[in-house]
Amino acid sequence: MSKILTVSLPPHIHAPGSVAACMWRVNLALLPAFGCALYFFGLGAAIVTVVSVLCCIFFEYAITRWMLGRTPHIADGSAALTGFLLALNLPSTLPVWTVIIGAFVAIGIGKMAFGGLGCNIFNPALVGRVFLLLSFPVQMTNWQLPGVDRLAYTDAATGATTLQLLKSGAVEASDIDLWNLTFGAIGGSLGEVSAVAILIGFIFLLVTKVITWHIPVSIFVGATLLSFLAGINPVIELLSGGLLLGAVFMATDYVTSPMTGKGMIIYGLLIGTITIIIRCWGAYPEGMSFAILIMNGFTPLINRCVKPKRFGAAGRAVSA
Amino acid sequence: MATFSKGGIHPPQNKITADKPIIPLALPRKVELLLSQHIGAPAKPVVVKGDKVVRGQIVAEGSAFISASVHTPISGKVTKIDTVRAANGMPATAIVIEADEEEHIADEDSRMNPSVVRSDTELEILTPEEIREIARYAGLVGLGGATFPASVKLTPPKDNIIDSLVINGAECEPYLTCDHALMREYGREVVCGAELMRRACGAGRVVIGIEDNKADAIDVISRICDEYPHISVKKLIAKYPQGGEKQLVKAITGREIKSGCLPSSVGVVVHNVATAYALYNAARFGLPVMERIVTVTGKNMSRPGNFLAPLGMRIGALIDYAGGLKDNSGKIILGGPMMGRAASNIDSPLVKGISGILILEDGESRRKAVEPCIRCARCVSVCPMGLEPYLISAYGSNRMAEDAEANGTADCIECGCCSYICPASRPLLDNIRLGKRLIAEKKRLQNK
Repeated sequence: MSKILTVSLPPHIHAPGSVAACMWRVNLALLPAFGCALYFFGLGAAIVTVVSVLCCIFFEYAITRWMLGRTPHIADGSAALTGFLLALNLPSTLPVWTVIIGAFVAIGIGKMAFGGLGCNIFNPALVGRVFLLLSFPVQMTNWQLPGVDRLAYTDAATGATTLQLLKSGAVEASDIDLWNLTFGAIGGSLGEVSAVAILIGFIFLLVTKVITWHIPVSIFVGATLLSFLAGINPVIELLSGGLLLGAVFMATDYVTSPMTGKGMIIYGLLIGTITIIIRCWGAYPEGMSFAILIMNGFTPLINRCVKPKRFGAAGRAVSA
Repeated sequence: MATFSKGGIHPPQNKITADKPIIPLALPRKVELLLSQHIGAPAKPVVVKGDKVVRGQIVAEGSAFISASVHTPISGKVTKIDTVRAANGMPATAIVIEADEEEHIADEDSRMNPSVVRSDTELEILTPEEIREIARYAGLVGLGGATFPASVKLTPPKDNIIDSLVINGAECEPYLTCDHALMREYGREVVCGAELMRRACGAGRVVIGIEDNKADAIDVISRICDEYPHISVKKLIAKYPQGGEKQLVKAITGREIKSGCLPSSVGVVVHNVATAYALYNAARFGLPVMERIVTVTGKNMSRPGNFLAPLGMRIGALIDYAGGLKDNSGKIILGGPMMGRAASNIDSPLVKGISGILILEDGESRRKAVEPCIRCARCVSVCPMGLEPYLISAYGSNRMAEDAEANGTADCIECGCCSYICPASRPLLDNIRLGKRLIAEKKRLQNK
């Protein structure tokens, strides 16, 4: 017979998914939030995002090709996603050089130093953001007033975020306009402004089955419960700062979150509570980034301890 | 509707041949009958070169408790007993029989008019021992693909009481429709065979599980079951691997078979609908297993269908009945696309365990490039056994037999859900199977 047959092991069919499809869908889900950022912050939002995305792609390409000597896979969208997420966690007035440093830390230290895609312990975008926050606290808390001067960049008029105002005691919780919190006319990082935009992205990710409900919902539950116990308004806590953005887009990062439903719920509940602990009793007005990074560190432990229930197992599953 | 408790996938069903009737193929003039068409010891030839044999005659006898006899579907002369190439490319011993024109015509005639050897009343008074003997003599094995000798499974174990017989009509593999067509066209025979099985293993009830994508088969079987007080139909959700033995027992009885145990440990015996049908034929007409229903299908086949095919015929000839290979045919799968084995050549003979022949096109027959694991956890969520495929796969590929064993590698039913769903196209199942090998190897060395 002249025909050459392919012989391989089963299964012989494959679901129509790929790493690139997952990553680009998350990028797509970020567009509503990005649109809001453009609307409220104008030029600054555009500059920070473009610089962050391009730099992340460049650093990943450069490190993979010239330092590791491997073939770069830029088209899988993971570097672009890190850049996009980093940008949405930065203020729109951040100078270009700072964004470049953030992108380098995110990709170089947060991701490639651990071995690249799939090997990092901490969420790269958050590594970049927290590095910048600790190194350049002034620039990183320079929040542009939403919808005021859209053509301004580093020289834009600025003000405090809701959480900063609450922390300093400048306003009472009862004075806060929940409408603005929901639709975005509040100061903050690019992606933190509109709750509705993030929820649209959340629904998109759920419907396309890129993520499951476990992590975001348990973060909401954890944060709400502790807010109640601490006697603060949980609605304000959920809608302000980076909690929504973090819960939907950062904590759900595949690589750095647990592998089982139960593990995801534990991880989410703890992120929610740690965030509120930092907000209420910590030095910073916002604690989402720290909470996620802390729990990223616990993910291997959660994976080791929380095993799925085995079919036909006599008792508890044995862990290695 | 019932289903198993965890995991599972919904691959495109592609049941192209779902409403195609079962077409009996002409008997070939030459057959190659492999001695090992079942799990267990190969059969021992009882004929020699030059012997004359007649259709239905035993040519190789089961040589051990777990073994099965082989019968010839054609009359003729044994031309050789020699090594041929099996479908997996490995050498295997076969008895080659060739018929002349006269024998061929006589065979076709007797095949169309099989004589009844037992009347309805005679079937009713068969004892369990007699039913098992019929199954053993007929060389009956699990025709769903597992090919475990049926007479062994019909023997009630000493330490367990069997209360339920589960008949597998789920046919959860995409593309395959042989069981579907069988239940639609020979529902009465299937149910009657199931009743014989029930009596042989002493079960009080029989449940026939059928996926809800086979509405016509459910109708037919349900109507016939009304006449049998012990037999009922359970509609199952169409979800892969609904027909997996442990999954099916869970879906139908709610009982969970413990790790490393057989269905009999929870009082259940599982047989396939095709096996029940074959048992009926053996009891009613004295027909041994020498033919089986095979789905020959594929998106680019011109005449896909369900065929009643004699064992020992060339697989290539079977493919020709469905329109033959095309220029863009890239892979031939024996069985379904999830668990079937790729054939390395089409000149090998049909054996008892082949329920389908699937021809994939070049494009869909190649694996996608492997990407890094992004720990998306989909493999964990689809695993019907509650395992962590990403983990045990890594233990397998890193040759860590102890960790592989501790994390349940041996429980893997090799359904392939993990490899199917992985967005990074990682060969999860390949590595898990490697892990199983390593565990077996380790055990073997320890026992030395």
